[in-house]
Amino acid sequence: MMQINNRHLIWRYLGLGLLALLILGPFILGVWTSLLPTAEIAKGALIGGPVSLANYGAAVHQTAILRYLLNSLVIATLTTIAQVLLCSLGAYAFVFLTFKGREALFYVILATMMLPFEAEVIPNFATARQFNLLNHYAILVLPFLTSAFGIFMLRQAFRQIPGELKEAADIEGLNPWQFYWHVVLPYARISLVTLAAYSFLGSWNQYLWPMLTTFSDRFRPVQDGLRQLQSQETFNNWGMIQASAVIVVLPTLIVLFVGQHFFKTGLNQGATKS
Amino acid sequence: MEMTHKPFPSPTKAKSVAKERPRGFNGHRHDKYVAAAFLGPSLVVLGIFVFYPMLKTLYLSLFLTNNVGRPTVFVGLKNYGTLLASSAYRASFQATLIYVFSVVVLTLTVGVLLAQAAVQKLAGIRWFRTIFSATMGVSVSVAAIFWLFIFSPSVGLLDQLAASLHLPVINWLTTPGWAMVAIIVSTVWMNLGFTFLILFGALQMVPTTLYDAAAVEGASPRYQFLHVTLPMISPTLFFTATVTLIGAFKSFGLIDLMTAGGPNNATNLMVYQVYRDAFLTGNYGQASAESMILAVVIAGLTWVQFKFLEKRVTYE
Repeated sequence: MMQINNRHLIWRYLGLGLLALLILGPFILGVWTSLLPTAEIAKGALIGGPVSLANYGAAVHQTAILRYLLNSLVIATLTTIAQVLLCSLGAYAFVFLTFKGREALFYVILATMMLPFEAEVIPNFATARQFNLLNHYAILVLPFLTSAFGIFMLRQAFRQIPGELKEAADIEGLNPWQFYWHVVLPYARISLVTLAAYSFLGSWNQYLWPMLTTFSDRFRPVQDGLRQLQSQETFNNWGMIQASAVIVVLPTLIVLFVGQHFFKTGLNQGATKS
Repeated sequence: MEMTHKPFPSPTKAKSVAKERPRGFNGHRHDKYVAAAFLGPSLVVLGIFVFYPMLKTLYLSLFLTNNVGRPTVFVGLKNYGTLLASSAYRASFQATLIYVFSVVVLTLTVGVLLAQAAVQKLAGIRWFRTIFSATMGVSVSVAAIFWLFIFSPSVGLLDQLAASLHLPVINWLTTPGWAMVAIIVSTVWMNLGFTFLILFGALQMVPTTLYDAAAVEGASPRYQFLHVTLPMISPTLFFTATVTLIGAFKSFGLIDLMTAGGPNNATNLMVYQVYRDAFLTGNYGQASAESMILAVVIAGLTWVQFKFLEKRVTYE
């Protein structure tokens, strides 16, 4: 009996190990090659050569990778703060205020979720050019100050707040801002953190829009920075490119693992409740 | 008393709201001003960057345009007609369908496999769960660089493996069919972290009593999977499928970095085609028509998703 169990266990762990390898393979390869001299990589000698952090030094000193990271950090932070604020204010209006056209307006917001930003880049680019916003942080933040998805998600969360709280607040004479700030936001904090994580990752991962609207390293965010490195003369400098990719992926991986608890609750809410 | 206490960031609005708002019951009288203040900023942003551009795209799609994108001659639906008649556009649409279909099927299949593996109760299973969700932290350009190295000619891992095993070397990114395979594999890998997390969450919610009952009846693991697991997670599967589907239709970054739409337009998917026509060749009218087709496809898919979720809510 025991033996059979052990054998089963071996197979199970073997299966898990293979799946883990499938997921981790590209990471491992990326990290490994980032430690090799480019000349060795070009020769196809992936094993047995000298290992060093030289590529990281080269990436930091010869490219604008740190500037790209800083740009993305600025853009993603601004976007996140704005989205959490504006989406929660909007969601508040849909849950706690009664006004004419509330339902209709909510459907308008829902409809917005259906429109892909990718199909709207032509007029948005024209708008950016017209207002002289090209190649600046502003144009990477302004279109994403709010999000229909965020309003929708927080509306669901705010609806879970017991009606008695609102009644009590009305009796206490709290104005809407006080109720929003002191009761609603603390009550829905997990949803707010979830939205913040989405907003941050969403902004961090932007690719097409920054590619169209930024032309200099001063404002270029990290995804397009990698594109820049990969398409420039450094193209065949595989060691340095891999090192840059690793530098870029590390912060998000850390954020992901630290914030995983929140992600899971948020995702499951999105997937099962709505 | 409340008025001196300025709770709003913008004092003018704060005062008027605080002053006019009746205390106690009947709190709805002035809601419309508060609503305007609370919702206004979001509506302005959505108006400028979502509604206006959508209408403008529709408008531009009915015109010929000059080289800076200004409409010149009204041509009605001619841009759409040109697209439908163009074998290049039909090829792009077809490539998108192949890509989207493969990405959805593979992402869900491997995602279910990962989730099913991760619900096992084994020592150290937490480590595997963390690993399986890892690609959620991988952005599009990082994924593209990692996979470019794997697929790239001569130095790439696959070519080196093939050479050392004396297998024929494939020029992955420069052979039309294989380039498509390469971007599909890369996309699926990138999708797996998110898909795994959602499906794993759903699997964990399946009541264990259902499996116990099935086991008592002597149901095989295969039977349990098909008749207990799949039906229980099918709503989540549907949700994941639509999210993946919509995401795949919008793919741009991986294609831009790995193949630039090539070779021979084999991976020239819909968004890439819009980008090319608008920003590389300056054919804004036609690119707007392409954008409208893309928008209609995605809006339709999102609508199906909403309808489905709505139905489930009423059932619950």
